Amino acid sequence: MTDEPHPLPITNGAPQICPGATDAERMLAESIREPRDLTRYLFYLRTARKEGLPLVVAPLDAAVNWARANAIWPLTFGLACCAIEMMAVGASRFDLDRFGAGAFRPTPRQADLMLVAGTVTHKMAPRVKRLYDQMPDPKYVMAMGACTIGGGPYSVHGYHVVKGIDRIIPVSVYVPGCPPRPEALIDALLWLQMQMAKGRPISSRYLPKRWHKSKESPFEGGAGGCCVDSPSPDSGIPNIPLHPLQRGKKDMDS
Amino acid sequence: MTQQEIHARLRERFGNAIRDWQTPETGDACIRVAPKILHEVCAALRDDEDLRFDFLRLISSVDRTECLSSVYHLYSYTHHHEAVLRIDLDRENPHVDSVSDLWAAAEWHERESFDMMGIVYAGHPDLRRILLPEDWAGYPLRKDYVAPKEYHGLTNE
Repeated sequence: MTDEPHPLPITNGAPQICPGATDAERMLAESIREPRDLTRYLFYLRTARKEGLPLVVAPLDAAVNWARANAIWPLTFGLACCAIEMMAVGASRFDLDRFGAGAFRPTPRQADLMLVAGTVTHKMAPRVKRLYDQMPDPKYVMAMGACTIGGGPYSVHGYHVVKGIDRIIPVSVYVPGCPPRPEALIDALLWLQMQMAKGRPISSRYLPKRWHKSKESPFEGGAGGCCVDSPSPDSGIPNIPLHPLQRGKKDMDS
Repeated sequence: MTQQEIHARLRERFGNAIRDWQTPETGDACIRVAPKILHEVCAALRDDEDLRFDFLRLISSVDRTECLSSVYHLYSYTHHHEAVLRIDLDRENPHVDSVSDLWAAAEWHERESFDMMGIVYAGHPDLRRILLPEDWAGYPLRKDYVAPKEYHGLTNE
């Protein structure tokens, strides 16, 4: 090992400044307040190139998150009528491939997004849980349609329906509708991509409080090992990112 | 052949085990059969030259509160006529002979009736639940069914 710093230090958090950096380089590095934000990172790279500065800061996870968000591989997994809309989204008219999310995988081991499209019955619930457990981290779950969100038409008299998929697995994004239109699904996907690009491990933030206690889990293995940085059980209300439509323009730009 | 003619022919052969013909005010007419001779009647319907019911459309079940019913919809591709049989079963002990040896299609229909209404079809080769999990308690389509509060730790509320 030499004392010479690596030209591209890999960071997973705050920007690291190489020893011997000039004041200008230091200022640039510190200007990146949110190192995971790819836009700022690219802006920094442009400025650095224009000013003829050497590359000092390399938040690699920004690039990784960007790549991850634009190459979602959903699981081929349809349970009921919502799956018809999901297929429509995958087909040529709406074309999920435009967003890099059209590669439906036949096995959970290659997928990172589970589109739970349809009614989850008590008989199906352990299978859904197992498929989720078989997916590699980081993984995301989209609860599509009224049935998956809270039982839908079966919420009162449905003796056989799980009243919300978040009782079994953590959910990243809910798409209401019966079934949701393809546009709604695309909207949810874009929002999910936005969160992924910012490196927010959102699959754990929606975890209902009761699921933090794994002993309450109806299946083996607790609530599922998706949590990249799981909030502590006592942290109270989790920090839920708002939907783009609920936010002001100012927030959207940041 | 109309259903009433089919009824007359069955009455001729099986006597009072076939109930009198009734034209209903609403809905479809049906031939009401005593459960004990159901298998015999079905075999006759299938094998008689003039009847030749070669297709079982469906078996459904009805909870009439005072009894449970099993309804058989039959069709003949040879003569293009149809018939509906109805049997009424004791609510406490609903037993009837399986017709799955006559029409293979009956196998799954009878399993469904067993799953949802709890009617036991004697002689069925594989009578177990077809839709619900195998450890489910009760028969959900019965009028007096009370939905479970929870199933394997998942609450139903």
